[in-house]
Amino acid sequence: MSDLKIQLRDQVLNAVSQGQQLNIIGGDSKSFMGRAANGEPLRVSGHQGIISYQPVELVLTARAGTPLHEIEAALAEHDQMLAFEPPKFGRDFASGVDTQCVSNSTLGGTLATNQSGPARPWCGSVRDHVLGLGLINGRGEKLNFGGQVMKNVAGYDVSRLQAGAMGTLGLITEISLKVMPKPAVTQTLIEPMTVDHAITVMNQYSAQSKPLSGACWYGGSLYLRLSGAGSAVQATVKQWTARSDAELMDPQSAERFWCQLRDQTLPFFGTNSIDAVSTVAADSAALESATAYQRALWRFSVKPTADQPEAINGDWLIDWGGAQRWLRTISAAQRSMAEMETMAVAMAGQVSLYRGGDRSDEVMHRQTSALQAIQQRLKRSLDPSLVFNLGRLYRWM
Amino acid sequence: MEDQYDNDNKQDLRLSMNQPSKPSRAELAQRFRQFIDPQAVIEDSETQKPYECDGLSMYCEMPMLVVLPSTVEQVQRVMQLCHQYQLPVVARGAGTGLCAGSMPHPDGVVLSLAKLTEIIDIDPLARTARLQPGVRNLAISEAAAVHGLYYGPDPSSQIACTIGGNVAENSGGVHCLKYGLTVHNILKVEMITAEGERVVIGSDGLDSCGIDLLALITGSEGLLGVVTEITVKLLPSPEQARVVMAAFDSVQQAADAVGDIISHGIIPAGLEMMDSYAIKAAEDFAQAGYPKDAQALLLCEVDGTMEEVHEHIALVERLFKQFGATSTRTSQNEAERALLWKGRKNAFPAVGRISPDYYCMDGTIPRSQLAHVLSEMQRLSDHYQLRVANVFHAGDGNLHPLILFDANVAGEFEKTEEFGGKILELCVEVGGCITGEHGVGIEKIRQMPVQFNQQELLQFNAIKHAFDPHERLNPGKGIPLLKRCQEYRALDDSSLKTNEKGAI
Repeated sequence: MSDLKIQLRDQVLNAVSQGQQLNIIGGDSKSFMGRAANGEPLRVSGHQGIISYQPVELVLTARAGTPLHEIEAALAEHDQMLAFEPPKFGRDFASGVDTQCVSNSTLGGTLATNQSGPARPWCGSVRDHVLGLGLINGRGEKLNFGGQVMKNVAGYDVSRLQAGAMGTLGLITEISLKVMPKPAVTQTLIEPMTVDHAITVMNQYSAQSKPLSGACWYGGSLYLRLSGAGSAVQATVKQWTARSDAELMDPQSAERFWCQLRDQTLPFFGTNSIDAVSTVAADSAALESATAYQRALWRFSVKPTADQPEAINGDWLIDWGGAQRWLRTISAAQRSMAEMETMAVAMAGQVSLYRGGDRSDEVMHRQTSALQAIQQRLKRSLDPSLVFNLGRLYRWM
Repeated sequence: MEDQYDNDNKQDLRLSMNQPSKPSRAELAQRFRQFIDPQAVIEDSETQKPYECDGLSMYCEMPMLVVLPSTVEQVQRVMQLCHQYQLPVVARGAGTGLCAGSMPHPDGVVLSLAKLTEIIDIDPLARTARLQPGVRNLAISEAAAVHGLYYGPDPSSQIACTIGGNVAENSGGVHCLKYGLTVHNILKVEMITAEGERVVIGSDGLDSCGIDLLALITGSEGLLGVVTEITVKLLPSPEQARVVMAAFDSVQQAADAVGDIISHGIIPAGLEMMDSYAIKAAEDFAQAGYPKDAQALLLCEVDGTMEEVHEHIALVERLFKQFGATSTRTSQNEAERALLWKGRKNAFPAVGRISPDYYCMDGTIPRSQLAHVLSEMQRLSDHYQLRVANVFHAGDGNLHPLILFDANVAGEFEKTEEFGGKILELCVEVGGCITGEHGVGIEKIRQMPVQFNQQELLQFNAIKHAFDPHERLNPGKGIPLLKRCQEYRALDDSSLKTNEKGAI
């Protein structure tokens, strides 16, 4: 529990005066994301601690370097939670139920990368839960935007602007979040199904006023999670099982499944092999020949009803009721970003190369020239000396 | 008015030497009439009159021209022409805003989006609607109802206000604790930039790559661009909704009851509080059955599946009684639910009946500060000799004090504004903010330096410049001009005149 804001500000000012670039690092659990980092490390993980938590107000404020598990433990004491289910990654991460794992993931990194878990379509994203934040901009100024109340429309929304900006717009120092009560009851249904049918069913169920909080297709089965008042969950389970082949999962297996989905430790993600090779790749001359290097994980954020593309050499996992689709390809080298973008556009959405592949090339869906120009000007407005995470989001950013 | 436009002013000083010289108002109107229905280019002051203000009629100004394009292509050409001649542009929806956010600029063009009213598409399976900006908020839910869907944010002006205006103000409503604000309920917008370029921000997915410009545009009060199409999310209509009314002998008791409901894990669909002034006015107006001797009244709506509503309503009733409710009443059918809401929904006009004029404020506070804020407000009320009624979105801490005054009494509006300013400062003092959902506009621009320091305001200005380097989009609203920040801090509250020009 320590406040390092002054030191962090000084480091920023120093970097600006020296003409250095900074690479913001929180728990260092998401260094695989975005383009390869440049610059001097600016370590934020020491700047941690919950500053205030008012369960009755549904508001928590914490320093950016606070580990997620610390925040979730504090919330659990009051039967509350982060409703956006942030993934918890970590290098020493042993797969299993989340209470058993130790993850380095921090609140700041979660917002900077806009990471949200399976409940996102129904409960909102980390961006949706942000109420306000502290930011050190590229002039070394300590600024505050938003607030610690539910509604605030004074000034531009610089707080939510940070979601997914990958630290390119400044150093997040504190975040105020809306927190929510934990659901009284959670149950999961599973039913074998083809992917196309599952996408239709997910959307049909999402259009009903039922306590749905997860809808995922994986390995030939549709998983549906229901969370809320006990009576509502029980009644929905009864209705949905009566008219389908869906079966109730045992609670432990179900919880394990959703945690592994959230933290990307299901075998599908092949996380270990991809990351292991990335580490090797850094100092291996025989990069191209490494089989595992060619594995890549693509993330498609698309219209939830979009048809699945024609057969492609890779495996799919469909989450977020159809709106987030993961594709694991064996040979990233043969799959160009342009090809994936065409596929994403056909699904009315966008794609990013989430893990693996060549991180020196572009890894995010391309922007139109007009939007690129706006984003470059916006970056300059917050970071005129281009000190923060240069090139992490796009080559031109 | 002609000379007002032709006169050189500070706007001209910003023009670079290679800008074309400004045409006269008549010449410019002629240019617009080449591609817009001639009737929809308004030059004369009589026809322009309805555009002189928004819902905050104390602030008014006449524009140079009003244009009402009927296609997006026309909007784009308007923006291109305004860019060419470096004219201020004030975009406008239904004009129901409450912060003078769409008050015209005397040298500028009012760009009304009121003719763009098409619901382009509703996709029931994907639960989205594509809308032109002039579609009324309520019309979205009406059109979606056939699919068992509706649009979440429901500002009290929803019968008239437009979705374009909702995006500009990040509008909320009584259901936003559970269902969020506009920013949580839109996926994508098409926007015309200050230069007249058409851009699409967001996607049909739940997020997009790059900087989240959608978050920045939402609530930006028309300062960053003009939105010409919006894709909104639609929600499944709940199987059932019921409301519990509870009366209390003190505001503190009612506030404690609200906290307890949330502590029990219930997020009500709506949770509203009224103080004794508001209760009496609303009951006299609506005959909803509110106990007029109560000091505070809560309306708590629970929605969802039949089973969930049944379970939670029983718990809410029990908690209200535990916290000393003097009476409770639960809606047994839709008609009764509508009746219980009728008083609250008409609270503003109801208060209008007990006073010649009223001024609606819009601060947000941590709920725990409610009793303190209300007692401080009473002290201010005594000081200024002005009555105040309070309507409160209790779930999310958004307070709407209604200051009662008489505009015909010399100096009373100025006194009211000063009182209002003090209330907003009080909100900031207890950890809240100066506006929860009405926006800053011109009305609260003097309070911006109370909530934000000079560096933060300078940062806002820098962001504005990234989109609109010549400050032509809704100039003088939302964010105080940086060179005057210090002046704002020193400004005596009463020194601002109501009819002052845009860039105050």
